[in-house]
Amino acid sequence: MDNTMESESKIPEKRVDYLNVDHSLKSWLLTTDHKRIALLYLISITLFFFIGGIFAVMIRLELLTPSGNLVQAETYNRLFTMHGMMMIFFFLIPSIPAVLGNFLVPVMIGARDLAFPRLNLLSWYIFIIGGALAISAAVSGGVDTGWTFYTPYSSTYSNSHVIVMGLGIFIAGFSSILTGLNFMVTIHTMRAPGLTWFRLPLFIWAHYATSIIQILGTPVLAITIALVALERAFHVGIFDPALGGDPLLFQHLFWFYSHPAVYIMILPSLGVVSELIACFTRKRIFGYKVVAYSSIAIAVLGFLVWGHHMFVSGMSTYASLVFSILSFLVAVPSAIKVFNWTATLYKGSIVYDTPILYAFGFIGLFTMGGLTGLFLATLAIDVHVTDTYFVVAHFHYIMVGGALMGYLGGIHYWWPKITGRLYPEGWSKLAALLVFVGFNLTFFPQFILGYMGMPRRYYHYPPEFQALNVLSSAGASVLGVGYLIPVIYLLWSIKYGPAAGPNPFNAKGLEWQTQSPPITQNFETTPVVTEEAYDYSGEEGATVARS
Amino acid sequence: MTIPVRREQPLPDRSAGLAHHFDDLEQQHAAGSLGMWLFLVTEILFFGGLFAAYAIYRWQYPAAFAVASHEADLVMGTINTIVLIGSSLTMALAVHYAQLGNRKAVVAFLILTMVLGVAFLGIKGAEYHHKYLDNHFPGPDFVFPGPYAQQAELFFIFYFIMTGLHALHMVIGIGLLSTVAVLAWRGCYSSEHFAPVELAGLYWHFVDVVWIFLFPLLYLIDRHK
Amino acid sequence: MWSELPLFPEQASSVAGRVDLLYFFLVAVAGIFSVLIFSLVFFFAIRYRRRPGNMAAARIHGSTVLEVLWTVIPLGLTMVMFGWGSLLFLRNARTPPGSFEIYVVAKQWMWKIQHPEGLREINELHVPTGMPVRLVMTSEDVIHSFYVPAFRVKQDVLPGRYTSMWFQPTRAGKYHLFCAEYCGNQHSAMGGWVYVMEPAEYEKWLSGGSTGESMATTGQGLFERLGCSSCHRSEGGGRGPSLEGLLGKKVQLDSGQAVVADESYIRESILNPRAKIVGGYQPLMPTFQGQVSEEQLLQLVAYLKSLKKAERSTTQ
Repeated sequence: MDNTMESESKIPEKRVDYLNVDHSLKSWLLTTDHKRIALLYLISITLFFFIGGIFAVMIRLELLTPSGNLVQAETYNRLFTMHGMMMIFFFLIPSIPAVLGNFLVPVMIGARDLAFPRLNLLSWYIFIIGGALAISAAVSGGVDTGWTFYTPYSSTYSNSHVIVMGLGIFIAGFSSILTGLNFMVTIHTMRAPGLTWFRLPLFIWAHYATSIIQILGTPVLAITIALVALERAFHVGIFDPALGGDPLLFQHLFWFYSHPAVYIMILPSLGVVSELIACFTRKRIFGYKVVAYSSIAIAVLGFLVWGHHMFVSGMSTYASLVFSILSFLVAVPSAIKVFNWTATLYKGSIVYDTPILYAFGFIGLFTMGGLTGLFLATLAIDVHVTDTYFVVAHFHYIMVGGALMGYLGGIHYWWPKITGRLYPEGWSKLAALLVFVGFNLTFFPQFILGYMGMPRRYYHYPPEFQALNVLSSAGASVLGVGYLIPVIYLLWSIKYGPAAGPNPFNAKGLEWQTQSPPITQNFETTPVVTEEAYDYSGEEGATVARS
Repeated sequence: MTIPVRREQPLPDRSAGLAHHFDDLEQQHAAGSLGMWLFLVTEILFFGGLFAAYAIYRWQYPAAFAVASHEADLVMGTINTIVLIGSSLTMALAVHYAQLGNRKAVVAFLILTMVLGVAFLGIKGAEYHHKYLDNHFPGPDFVFPGPYAQQAELFFIFYFIMTGLHALHMVIGIGLLSTVAVLAWRGCYSSEHFAPVELAGLYWHFVDVVWIFLFPLLYLIDRHK
Repeated sequence: MWSELPLFPEQASSVAGRVDLLYFFLVAVAGIFSVLIFSLVFFFAIRYRRRPGNMAAARIHGSTVLEVLWTVIPLGLTMVMFGWGSLLFLRNARTPPGSFEIYVVAKQWMWKIQHPEGLREINELHVPTGMPVRLVMTSEDVIHSFYVPAFRVKQDVLPGRYTSMWFQPTRAGKYHLFCAEYCGNQHSAMGGWVYVMEPAEYEKWLSGGSTGESMATTGQGLFERLGCSSCHRSEGGGRGPSLEGLLGKKVQLDSGQAVVADESYIRESILNPRAKIVGGYQPLMPTFQGQVSEEQLLQLVAYLKSLKKAERSTTQ
């Protein structure tokens, strides 16, 4: 059956799918369809992304000059705090799992929905409530503790809306837990006949690993936030030494979650990249089993390294040694993935569609981000660069150069499946390029600034740091444009884009064996799987690129 | 190359409480069970963080925590322990009768479990009241004679947070049981389909187990001395 | 702005050069791997692009040899980094003999520095070249961090306890001092300068500024005024142990534990006497919480340090 070039028809076919089956508001707000919930999440997190992005713009504008003139110190401190909290808790952590995961996990395994559809809807409402609290905290002035809200500053000294914001994050955390729980149960119990563990797409392996972390780590953050809130509300001394507590205990509890949290943010993206590379090289991922296991290894090892955020905190030397060596170990599975993807390109048949451009960008930037992590794991160097812009650059390389690019690549790849429409390829390639260039210009200078000694969270800085800050802010403006352009053409494509057809890229994977957009129950009948994942063999001459 | 699809066995009977997205009751049951266990794992981590913080402070201030622990009401705590273990027994019996399809017994034992749960909460409330009168409630009104005042306040912070969080989970549990009891009364369950009773039982037993850890940690420090 | 574009910090301490060498090693490794991956991806993307003649990819599943190779090599390299970084870290953690202490109290949003000779500074620290300096630090409020990029040293400064770090300046000059742990409104203004001077200059500066007494002398005055000397008699036999030569000594507590009586122990014993009681003594000492400031506590510590050379009593 030739399902390739029919995608170019201008008139979309009038078939029932999950989008047009019911247009009422109630059918959206009370949906239990995982695909609609994915879209509800898409709209919500995009909103939070732009709020966090506006804060970033203001930060970079302020940092154009060494002394403050755009905003007051107080405001600046709130800006970087809210930027961090919004981006981490309300954009990055949900992003791929709640949008792409929610949409694709059931379809990729041949199921009709997730294991607990109503719980899924509940998770979105919980997210919205948490987000509403966060926005209300922001609107009433925000929080100025830094996203890490170290005590005793956050519990005793800060005059900002710590409790409301903390409550918002606490509640949103349950959304993350429920999503992870839903995925894990679904993957365990609802795979289609013939879909054994090692025939699963690597996207599923990645989300499984992410779910492990969401389930085990998030509750610890929840109790930590609760303790800080209680300390603040009742003036009791859980973490404040003036009242008998230990501020380092806070740091251990906080980082016990917040380090694994960064793996929640990157693992799904690593899964997306595997899918993109397989499809656009027309090849099975090199070392499939190793890549699958590496996701689990990252999830497990990720729980053992939290102390590397505390090398100069007053923690014991012995503990520092242990955390340092474990931090080096957790880097190895990530390196293995990069090598396997690179090897996949060898003797592939590579198509330059937008999704793989994002994947290429990901590989480069994630590699750099990961390598700079080694600097931070190295004790003697960390003493110098911790709490400086070196760290800021490192994590933005991973979060933005990595996770966000993976997210964008995935959005582009599965957009035809989700919406049934194609987006304009020229514009999408331009945006990808702008993002890549803008990103490097924004964040590479920050490595240099960091080693030179510019501390992070600084509103004033010595004048010799200005040139690099100006470069960074210039890059940020390019980056911002790169993010705005997709919003425009993706929205445009929903109404005016050509119909996509079930499999515009001729990709393997169960999600491409059903119509675009899918029907509510995903498949007419449950598929039976007899092939390995990414079995692109014997496809002489199949058309892939659609532009 | 498409993956062949095949029509499978006759469509499952959707009348016996089978949700539309599951293929059969067995799958639904497996999913529900795994889901509840995973949820309990998150609860273990949630309480775990609290227990870890408590353990660290207890290790740092052993004498102060022992003295403060002696102020916890051992009699009430012991009664509560017996009440809660009793409620686990009645819960297990409810599940047993659900397996046998005995609707009336299920409801009776669920109600009994809830009654014992409420009794637990009542006794706990009385305990809190006494602590309040003794000025052991952390905050500006905290009074604790002797040299260990500051660390004793730390002990009581944990005492109230840990038992309070536990009590909150009990309240949720009672709510859960009342929902299941109503549905059981209405005849929604049978000896083939009684998973909700079983899962509610799992949750209830978990809350009981948390108390089994809390009780010695908070009430029984150095009681032999 | 563009005329001077500094891209690398100055090296002004004995460890800076070693830290930078390790840094360059990592830059080299990171650079090589980045270039390797970028080049391979770029090269493969072009060489294996889809075109007539390359319309089907090769069927390659994997290679155990390659997997082992690219696991073992990164593992080896990271272990080298770990080893080198740890050795340097451990070396930098041990205060060298012959160091002298300077006491730092951080508060929102300034650094208060006390030299043992009695000189005080705010947001400035004068030190001589060629001698190891040990900073004993505490905070009056929130967590701060003492950071001198030119020395490649940083240490968080905590409320309720002492943390310490050392450095040995090697070059005279003026170097940035930053607070590196976010501490509120004026966090980015909480900095200053470290002035490193040649030893002769430094002596001149010391004698020029000070009108007051040394920290130890001030501490001794406090020791008497607060009534410490009534129980802690230097000749022993009082309700509390003699404190002669205490600092740095190992003491046996009544719980059976043995601890080293360092600055933190002294501070804790003054503020929370019941926490660690020396074996053989009654828990009689009252707390001085609220009666002494952090700076006064450091003065008491300095005083007790000065008793180091005195004869040890034999009350144990």
